[in-house]
Amino acid sequence: MGAPLIGARVERKEDYRFLTGAGQYTDDVDLPRQAYAVFVRSPHAHAVIKKINSAKAKKSPGFVAIYTGEDFAAAKLGGLPCGWLITDVNGQPMKEPPHPCLAQGKVRYVGDQVAIVVAETSEQARDAAGLVEVDYEVLPAVVDGSRARAKGAPQLHEIAPDNTCYVWAIGDKAVTDAAFAKAAHVTKLEFINNRLVPNAMEPRVAIGSYSRSDDNYTLYVASQNPHVERLLMTAFVMGLPEHKVRVVAGDVGGGFGSKIYLYAEDVAVTWTSKQINRPVKWTSDRSEAFLTDAHGRDHHTVAEMAMDKDGKFLGMRVKTTANLGAYLSTFASCVPTILYATLLAGQYKTPVIHCEVTAVFTNTTPVDAYRGAGRPEATYVVERLVETAAREMKIDPAEIRRRNFITEFPYQTPVALQYDIGNYNATMDAVQKLADVSGYASRKKASEAKGRLRGLGYAAYIEACGIAPSAVAGALGARAGLFEAGEVRVHPTGSVTVFTGSHSHGQGHETTFAQVVADRLGMPIENVDIVHGDTSKILFGMGTYGSRSIAVGGTAIVKALDKVIAKGRKIAAHLMEAAESDVEYDRGVYTVKGTDKKKMFGEVAFAAYVPHNYPHDKLEPGLNENAFYDPANFTFPAGSYVCEVEVDPETGVVKVEKFSAVDDFGNIINPMIVEGQVHGGLTQGIGQALTEGARYDATGQLTTGSFMDYCIPRATDVPFYQVDTRVTACTHNPLGVKGCGEAGAIGAPAALMNAITDALGVKDMPMPASPQAVWTALKNKK
Amino acid sequence: MHAFKYHRPASVNDAAALAKGEAKLLAGGQTLVQTMKLRLASPSDIIDLGTIKDLAGIKSDGKSVTVGAMTRHAEVAHSADVKKAIPALAALAGMIGDRQVRAMGTCGGSIANNDPAADYPAAVLALNATITTNKGKYEADKFFKGMFTTALGAGEIITSVSFQVPKRAAYTKFKNPASRFAIVGVFVADFGGSVRVAVTGAGPAVFRQADMEKALGAKFAPESVANIKQKQDGLNSDMHASAEYRAHLVTVMARRAVEAALR
Amino acid sequence: MAVKVSLKVNGKSVSVEVEERTLLVTVIRENLRLTGTHVGCDTAQCGACTVSMNGKAVKSCSILAMQAEGADVMTIEGVAKADGTLHAMQAAFKEHHGLQCGFCTPGMVMNAIDFAKSHPNPSEQEIREALEGNLCRCTGYHNIVKAIGAGAKAMAAGK
Ligand SMILES: Cc1cc2nc3c(=O)[nH]c(=O)nc-3n(C[C@H](O)[C@H](O)[C@H](O)COP(=O)(O)OP(=O)(O)OC[C@H]3O[C@@H](n4cnc5c(N)ncnc54)[C@H](O)[C@@H]3O)c2cc1C
Ligand code: FES
Ligand code: FES
Repeated sequence: MGAPLIGARVERKEDYRFLTGAGQYTDDVDLPRQAYAVFVRSPHAHAVIKKINSAKAKKSPGFVAIYTGEDFAAAKLGGLPCGWLITDVNGQPMKEPPHPCLAQGKVRYVGDQVAIVVAETSEQARDAAGLVEVDYEVLPAVVDGSRARAKGAPQLHEIAPDNTCYVWAIGDKAVTDAAFAKAAHVTKLEFINNRLVPNAMEPRVAIGSYSRSDDNYTLYVASQNPHVERLLMTAFVMGLPEHKVRVVAGDVGGGFGSKIYLYAEDVAVTWTSKQINRPVKWTSDRSEAFLTDAHGRDHHTVAEMAMDKDGKFLGMRVKTTANLGAYLSTFASCVPTILYATLLAGQYKTPVIHCEVTAVFTNTTPVDAYRGAGRPEATYVVERLVETAAREMKIDPAEIRRRNFITEFPYQTPVALQYDIGNYNATMDAVQKLADVSGYASRKKASEAKGRLRGLGYAAYIEACGIAPSAVAGALGARAGLFEAGEVRVHPTGSVTVFTGSHSHGQGHETTFAQVVADRLGMPIENVDIVHGDTSKILFGMGTYGSRSIAVGGTAIVKALDKVIAKGRKIAAHLMEAAESDVEYDRGVYTVKGTDKKKMFGEVAFAAYVPHNYPHDKLEPGLNENAFYDPANFTFPAGSYVCEVEVDPETGVVKVEKFSAVDDFGNIINPMIVEGQVHGGLTQGIGQALTEGARYDATGQLTTGSFMDYCIPRATDVPFYQVDTRVTACTHNPLGVKGCGEAGAIGAPAALMNAITDALGVKDMPMPASPQAVWTALKNKK
Repeated sequence: MHAFKYHRPASVNDAAALAKGEAKLLAGGQTLVQTMKLRLASPSDIIDLGTIKDLAGIKSDGKSVTVGAMTRHAEVAHSADVKKAIPALAALAGMIGDRQVRAMGTCGGSIANNDPAADYPAAVLALNATITTNKGKYEADKFFKGMFTTALGAGEIITSVSFQVPKRAAYTKFKNPASRFAIVGVFVADFGGSVRVAVTGAGPAVFRQADMEKALGAKFAPESVANIKQKQDGLNSDMHASAEYRAHLVTVMARRAVEAALR
Repeated sequence: MAVKVSLKVNGKSVSVEVEERTLLVTVIRENLRLTGTHVGCDTAQCGACTVSMNGKAVKSCSILAMQAEGADVMTIEGVAKADGTLHAMQAAFKEHHGLQCGFCTPGMVMNAIDFAKSHPNPSEQEIREALEGNLCRCTGYHNIVKAIGAGAKAMAAGK
């Protein structure tokens, strides 16, 4: 038995293949006789399709096939479903306009699919697609969420008057208003949480392959959750039985939410492969990804916080308009509601909160969950309000937070969630030390001596992860369960293959999950392999998003392990001729209490597969167990961040000088991987605050449609981070884990904007704080 | 990419003979291949200058530095001769794009392309360079005609560019946060008595800043330009930088360039 | 029209028949099936396609296959030793957790190796600037910068 593996900085098992070019991403898959698909997409944000003429395309060299919305309608393919039903303030279901895979008569955003064109090579498919003539009658477009309900605004969907999907609310309005009436001070902010383009470095890819002999389909797809993809595609769109469809998501080059959803292209290549009886491959290019990967955020919010004279929070009022884009993407409806408004208590004892959310359709790319999903927006509301309130009331920003921190757990918030555990003072104490807040004044002086402005900002975030207790989610409108499945297959000579419904696309599950298993079984990590991403191998899975993998997927594996160990105990008892109740187990060794008898796990496994001396009357041979785990509650990672910036007032350039983060993710399996997740999340959060932001012109053209105009952070835009953790173990899962994938992206934007507004001495400014925006803010101040 | 016919001429004359109609010259391809890939350009023929001997190389004679058209940005950035004669030129080449782009992109391609946000044109103009082509020579002041247009005739091939060695010079660049091209780049060159100031990124094409040249000619010092305002009329305006912001940056970058030149 | 391109890839001479409009990255990925070189954008910014051509890191998405006639190309598949031992830079990425999803990684490593040849002991700032042409959405660069610093030193020490 070696040193404990849980908590160790184990180098990643998956790295060798990625470092040597041996990864197998979906675009690396090529099937015999494969043809290539290209989509004809709408160049207009809003238009009626009057005619599609494919005569010229059909004569193009290498042309194989073209299908349009009419063909899909004739084949009775359903539209793309939304997985979460929101019930509005009047008890009515949200409006769910049809979301056809290929446009039916009308296009509603630039990039909307009009036809699939298939040819022998990808260049030939492009050639042919370029020859498809589509006659559009262009309609006026609405792109700005806050204008979608204006009088006379262009209407997207017949069934959604005023472009409204729903108006939803949480909390007691009357009680909240009463709290504001008593307030000594009210802080109010109005801002936009900018629309982001996820930009996982691997663009989406889908390869559909139909087998006539077996009458089944295989879809290779860059997906975060192959089983969910299969469920949605078979049950809701294609009307197929699930056993006839296999979905394979091999190595996936980042997701950040954008690869959760069922996309039209996935359905189209799958269906088309049967029509032409050949595999059909589609690889998105980056320009297409900008237009068609679901975007994130895009809220317009007015938020107020009421305080007593000591800065104690009395109540909070929030009104948000969420721009959902042209159609409802798979989980779009729950992001600005369930994943947003329920987090508005933050780390604070705010006794009453009311939040109203209006979700609207516009002629823009659909918006869905992007790293953090709702929780960054909530944190931004809470933490910008808190910092602004502190400044207005002349209370130290850390102090105002401490006065309001929740300190007793479990804690029931006024917005539905119950936090099981946390220690917010501990993370705040630690981050203040880590960031050397006490040395800030002298650093500020040094900056001023150089003619630079310096600012410091905090953010104390909370998130709800480990999504989700199915019954709770169901009551809130989820149309699926949110458990996870795992299987532990012990081989005769004692090595182990673990099958998980979680999916790794950068998170390192092949290592962390193996650490958990190898640790419990007292074997070297090399003896454990983790398999994910193939519906034909894994019994079921809900996939990876919402920082749920270790908390839900990891727990399912632990549950299966428990069963393996329990069965092993019976076998060991038999082998050692002891009573089962006398057999103890610790990391791979079965012993009999009070004796020196022992059996190694490997011996037990061998006995299970070579059952010569075996309790056949009581046990089946073999050692293979699976488990489904449905969490009892959400987990609540939380932390405190401090950001320090230096601003060049002449040019408006903001430099992130220091970024310190102390998180409480519960117990940690592999600190190296956790730190990596935080670094990445922080960088995406810094991206949102400093460099990123999707922009549309008035006609609905995406003007930030490539890396030439949309700036994801480069190495020179970010500093080395200072990160640390504090631990309060999650109370309701056996590993005591909470999840760490999104934290950075949730906490960073508020910390950064708090620092920038501090440096500039302004109350607020819009994200991203580009040089021009900062320069303008300073100019307007003068 | 649309289909085309590819040629590998052995000499500039052969290349010139092929450069007809919808044909395009290919240098490093860092601009052209992009535009073809996005199907924004669809030449009938591609004439690769990459294998023509003698088009690449750097010569320095104390008075001028001559850079062959096919000399890669990285070679200029790392050249000991250039660093010695005109360190600002080496520095400028080292600020173009990224190191992979600099390994391919060429001086000739950059100048022929005349992207309004490109760096080289600022050096050409400020260092009063002479552009040599297969047909003749151009003075810098007569070469850049406007956005993506130059004095080059159809099929005319740049063979080299001669930069005059100044007494001191510096280039400062304010990068577009996304593309990293210049939002504003200012090249200041002091030839002892006369000063040339070239501004790229700010307008539809590189231009000289006469007020600044005059002030710096009188006194080569940061304060000479610190309060000279660039007119906004005719400057570029986009989501990254309004004309007003660009005008402001011209002054800031010019002052910083003078500071750097004096360092 | 199909034309022939001959070049050396990872030490082996190869000849492929391609359309003239074919990119070097397409030859590498599709003709030679060396799929470690990735395509992450269409504007030459992400660097996922970085390979070494005649000893210099270049973006293979922005080079015509025809331009690589006679060239000596190395892809990520040619970096480790024949027996599978990782190159010092690869090992440094592994040790420092310089990769997550791995998609940007081959391009990062190819660029880093080229950079390290002329920078045996690079500063943090030099490393960050050398990564101008390589985007990573996962790691926040923190561990990539550390890995490259360590890898460069290891390379200089002849490891
Ligand atoms: C990611 C990226 C970032 C970049 N960043 C910058 C930057 O910051 N600053 C900057 O200035 N540039 C930048 N560039 C552009 C880069 O410098 C290009 O290399 C340059 O603009 C064109 O040079 P090229 O050799 O690649 O020319 P090509 O792309 O081969 O050709 C460009 C044009 O010039 C013509 N041409 C080429 N050579 C000749 C010649 N000898 N005679 C006549 N015509 C010729 C071609 O026909 C074509 O029209 C960037 C490019 C990329 C991909
Ligand atoms: S694919 Fe070559 S730079 Fe992005
Ligand atoms: S590791 Fe995923 S993009 Fe860099």
